[in-house]
Amino acid sequence: MTLISYAVYFLALGGLAWVLAIWLAQVYAGALPRSFLRIEGALLRACGAAPDRGMTWGSYALAVLGFNAAGFVMLYAVLRAQGWMPMNPDGIGGMAPDLAFNTAVSFVTNTNWQAYSGEAQLSYLSQMAGLTVQNFVSAATGMAVAVAVTRGFVAKGGIGATKGSFLGNFWVDLTRSVLWVLLPLSVVLALFLAWQGVPQTLQGAVVASGIEGEGQVIARGPAAAQIAIKQLGTNGGGFFGVNSAHPYENPTLASNMAQSLSILLIPVAFCFLFGRMAGDRRQGWAIFAAMAVMFAAGLVVIHGYEVAGNAMLGAGPNMEGKEQRFGPMLSALWAASTTAASNGSVNAMHDSFMPLSGLVMLIFMQIGEVIFGGVGAGLYGMLLYVVLAVFLAGLMVGRTPEYLGRKIEAREVTLAVLAFLSMPIGILVGGAVAATVPVALAAVQEPGPHGMSEILYAYSSATGNNGSAFGGFGAALPWHNTVLGIIMLLGRYAIIVPMLAIAGSMIRKPQAPVTNGTFPTHGPIFVTLLVLTVVILGALTFFPVLALGPLAEETARLSGLRF
Amino acid sequence: MFAHLRPAVTLCLLFTVLTGLGYPLAITGIAQVLFPAKANGSLIERDGVVIGSSLIAQPFAGAGYLHPRPSASGWNAAGTGASNLGPTSAALIAAVAERRAAWEATNDETAPIDAVTASGSGLDPDVSVANAIGQVERIAAARAVDPAVIRALIEAAVEPPLMGLFGQARVNVLLTNIALDGAFPLPTAIGE
Repeated sequence: MTLISYAVYFLALGGLAWVLAIWLAQVYAGALPRSFLRIEGALLRACGAAPDRGMTWGSYALAVLGFNAAGFVMLYAVLRAQGWMPMNPDGIGGMAPDLAFNTAVSFVTNTNWQAYSGEAQLSYLSQMAGLTVQNFVSAATGMAVAVAVTRGFVAKGGIGATKGSFLGNFWVDLTRSVLWVLLPLSVVLALFLAWQGVPQTLQGAVVASGIEGEGQVIARGPAAAQIAIKQLGTNGGGFFGVNSAHPYENPTLASNMAQSLSILLIPVAFCFLFGRMAGDRRQGWAIFAAMAVMFAAGLVVIHGYEVAGNAMLGAGPNMEGKEQRFGPMLSALWAASTTAASNGSVNAMHDSFMPLSGLVMLIFMQIGEVIFGGVGAGLYGMLLYVVLAVFLAGLMVGRTPEYLGRKIEAREVTLAVLAFLSMPIGILVGGAVAATVPVALAAVQEPGPHGMSEILYAYSSATGNNGSAFGGFGAALPWHNTVLGIIMLLGRYAIIVPMLAIAGSMIRKPQAPVTNGTFPTHGPIFVTLLVLTVVILGALTFFPVLALGPLAEETARLSGLRF
Repeated sequence: MFAHLRPAVTLCLLFTVLTGLGYPLAITGIAQVLFPAKANGSLIERDGVVIGSSLIAQPFAGAGYLHPRPSASGWNAAGTGASNLGPTSAALIAAVAERRAAWEATNDETAPIDAVTASGSGLDPDVSVANAIGQVERIAAARAVDPAVIRALIEAAVEPPLMGLFGQARVNVLLTNIALDGAFPLPTAIGE
């Protein structure tokens, strides 16, 4: 039964993503209806964006940084000033500086770490004109960068061909991602969710008398529109504090399945898009296969532990922090998807998952969100590992490594390693400091190894731009607001910029024809090598600290210890 | 960098208007026309007064009512929260043992797992079928009716998994209690 359920889900996901990839390929090639092109051309020219001008990798990177900096300033201003602005029926005041900094960074970097609680600390204007906007454009930024990086790897061209050294135009890629991909999908999903019972109203909280006379203030708001894009754009920031566990945010099983599919839809489609852009769909399938193998392995572990439950709480599945309608299976599927895809929304409380379920979620984030990953971000993150895997393969057989006909040389490997380092720096250095500085340590809720997991989870989530949390970790301290904010920036741009640089360097290289001696990058051998590279580089970097957290907790649990 | 400044700022403003105002307001308009009751929170009125939302759990303690799952946030629908306690937490294990004792004392049955664990939202509107059936005897006694009738009412209220594949069977607590009040009114506090 369970197997059939998962099979139905994955077939639906794969089918939808495959179809979407066809559309994506047309969108980014500009093969759009003439009216579409006229609309975007007019908008871009009005904004002074010169849509016909190509950008080198450096120019592309500066455009990304400039656009996100502007977005940060605007969001920060809205959050600070929300108390004096309209659309605030519940009279919520302005955010404190450190929390506004953290929240603005978090949404601009597609992390959506929630140090705040939505219904209590955000006005409707902040939710809509602040957070929802960044939900769209941070996702579109990731998609644009992934497309630009892909162009660098797949473009036909050669040395010094000036036209060929352009990665595209960021403003065009960005605008197309919003207008022709994210917006239409969001409209459909938002209306579906509203139909399922997700509120979409500008009226404030309602006071209900309650049957037994105990009154209840029920927060609501324009939630459906924001939830749709939070899932599709791998953002994950909930309208309400408890995210998609909240019955208003995720009221039915149909709403749950629609959201579950939306989390992985665009990331999976980007694998297939890669194959289409490369003119060799097998290349896309290979990347998809590597991701799918790791995803399935993790899902099996989480599913197994959550269904088996916690004997110390009684017989039955682990239902602490879970909703009755979802149960262990749909909570496990969501937990695996949201940590793999850098989404960060939750439909059950990760802090209360079994220790080894938490271990899987930590690993999914720590390897850099490359198992499907954030929209766009998962693909360019995985290409980082591809560069390293091809390099390792070259070392093993003693040939200059090549990928899609282009040589991988010292510059690309150096840049890839540089990008890779942002993960251990953010997680291990950030986490180690948090575990030693008393003001930071105050956030930890639980004694024992689970407390270590809480710290590790927070810093993994921030560095991986995931945004989910072990909720017991009281992150709303000035220390964590500031440090996690800086680490989110590191985890985002210290990967984007080197990856664009790699693409800029690849695009200038001549393409060698495929010969008998070319190492094929589409077969099972390459998929295995890629998975091993991710596991060895990613997981082993963090194994020692994982032993202190979830692994220690599991051994303690098995011997009946409690903390 | 400066060449990018103007498009960076103007596109930010443009997308704010488009995705931050146009999109959510359009969705609000359409949803309010197509599904007004749901878009406003699936509220339930009785005698012209809002008594709750079918999606949001509210506390029930009376013997004649179906009781919801434990809530770590006291059924606060304006500031949700879960326990967020880990699986080896002594506090969690103690809380669960306490809930189990309380549930089994009032219901004279073995407590199902969902009756002793706090939900993720603190507002879980549902209980498991075993949890609901386990409360039948107590409800029937309080309402002075045959337990079989209460059991039938609850069994009719069971919502199955989606397509038989996804999710768990469940009983909505508030809707069931409204149905109970409608079919078998509580004997008005004479003996209490």
